[in-house]
Amino acid sequence: MHPALSVIFFTVTAGSGYGLLILLALARPLGLLPKISPDQIVFTGIFGLVLVTAGLLSSTLHLANPKNAWRSFTRFRTSWLSREAVFAVAFYPLSLAWLITEWATGNTFMSGLLGVLSAVLAVVVFVCTAMIYASLKTIRQWHSRLVPVLFVLLALVVGALLLMAMAAINDLPLGRLGMVTLVLVILAAVFKAMYFVNIGKPAGPTINSALNFTQASVRLLDVGHSGGTFHTREFGHQVARARLYWARILFFVLLCALPLLVLLLVFTSSSTTLFWVVLAAVSAYAGVFVERWLFFAEARHVVNLYHGAQQT
Amino acid sequence: MKLGLVIDLDTCVGCHACAVACKQWNASGTTGPLSDTDPYGAEPSGVWFNRIRNYEVDTHPDSKTVNVPMSCMHCEEAACVTVCPTGASWKREDGIVLVDQSKCMGCNLCAWACPYGARELDEESGVMKKCTLCVDRIDDQSLPESQRQPACVLTCPTSARLFGDFDDPDSEVSRAVAERGGVAQMPELGYAPVNRYLPPRDKPQVEVSDDTRAEAQSTGGAAGLIGKWMKRQRDAFDRLGSRDGGDA
Repeated sequence: MHPALSVIFFTVTAGSGYGLLILLALARPLGLLPKISPDQIVFTGIFGLVLVTAGLLSSTLHLANPKNAWRSFTRFRTSWLSREAVFAVAFYPLSLAWLITEWATGNTFMSGLLGVLSAVLAVVVFVCTAMIYASLKTIRQWHSRLVPVLFVLLALVVGALLLMAMAAINDLPLGRLGMVTLVLVILAAVFKAMYFVNIGKPAGPTINSALNFTQASVRLLDVGHSGGTFHTREFGHQVARARLYWARILFFVLLCALPLLVLLLVFTSSSTTLFWVVLAAVSAYAGVFVERWLFFAEARHVVNLYHGAQQT
Repeated sequence: MKLGLVIDLDTCVGCHACAVACKQWNASGTTGPLSDTDPYGAEPSGVWFNRIRNYEVDTHPDSKTVNVPMSCMHCEEAACVTVCPTGASWKREDGIVLVDQSKCMGCNLCAWACPYGARELDEESGVMKKCTLCVDRIDDQSLPESQRQPACVLTCPTSARLFGDFDDPDSEVSRAVAERGGVAQMPELGYAPVNRYLPPRDKPQVEVSDDTRAEAQSTGGAAGLIGKWMKRQRDAFDRLGSRDGGDA
């Protein structure tokens, strides 16, 4: 699949924003940052909403006819993209109500409740985003239960490291946040490794079932067009194996190895580690960017079978 | 009603006349334009509702060339309609899957959901386009009844394309599928495509000498085969003029 930069930026940036907002809302109830002040919640929350908004705006850039984008709220019952759009818009009044309540009343039951509701809705939005891809039977690398799990996990990893950076800036004591971040990073690495193993197994339709000639070998003689088509550009995008391999390694270094080293540093040293924590957050963001690029670059649409691929 | 096409892979000669007729009718009809980019240049590209590809089934010397025209299958479980967030993609009562261009936002999701490559984004108008089974012909009461058929079906010089109602067991398409064992493409994805392909008929086996068979097995690859073929042509050329076809 052609990796469209606007879509990669959208899922990574909006995801980071949702991840940050989810953990921010749970900072008090789960004791992630027990000493966090209402002002800090409001400022961090606004930062999260800026990330979400930047991502959502970028998502409209890949539309060929954006003047009809408003119609995407109309097919909630069947389309995951429509569900994502509806929930993403519904998230704004709820999260703003949470941040305004937090700012006006501080640490109250109401602000806590609105925060938890916002966190739940953020998970729902991002699962809908992931399901746009995971619901497609035409791309076996996407049609997996691991896809929504990974989308949410990776968003939480970046969100957790951003929240740690906020804590370091404000010199807040880390409650359970360090431990939660550690668990999230390890889970993300394990699930992504499982994903890589799963997509490595041959599965799905072949050129034989595509054309329903199942008794003999089938080979493309001529594809019927001399230049490129919408399909060769959108689905025929191929990346050299070596680059995919190095991208996988880069992902594990940026998202897992470096943040784990920084977490080790945070757990062992008492001195200020602001620089390192910010570096880990930036590194994890870049790691998810590489992961999302890989998500597209490794996806093989079944239409490639008609263009001569023996399997996907 | 379940309208669709039957395509006879036995008689299709791969001439692309159906694709050209389709482009001509639909570019000037209600779905137009079907934009082309760089049409006379080095990298011509454009929107087509119907594309024909050629495949070799089995291996030399038992191989057969099969020409496979493909357009929208008008699936009963049309995933392109389900995923569409704007309601631009829809399915008519008679089964035809259509795009309402005034509602499409060009997100490409329906093209991602389609396994058959039936949908192509028109980059000039920014909306998705696809085969309509020529609704603007089959619905047009002012046309004589024999003309109320898709352009591809009317134009096919070998009558390899049939159009009709698969729900009617006595229709031409239903009878052809029953008689010839028509099959669907990639049925395992579960979209229940309506169009059917009639497999090539069994032909009498062509005598192939043991030498040819051994040669084919020893060379394996296509490049090797071409090399052997060229050598045979050279040898035959060298023998030209000698009456017995022996040494010149």
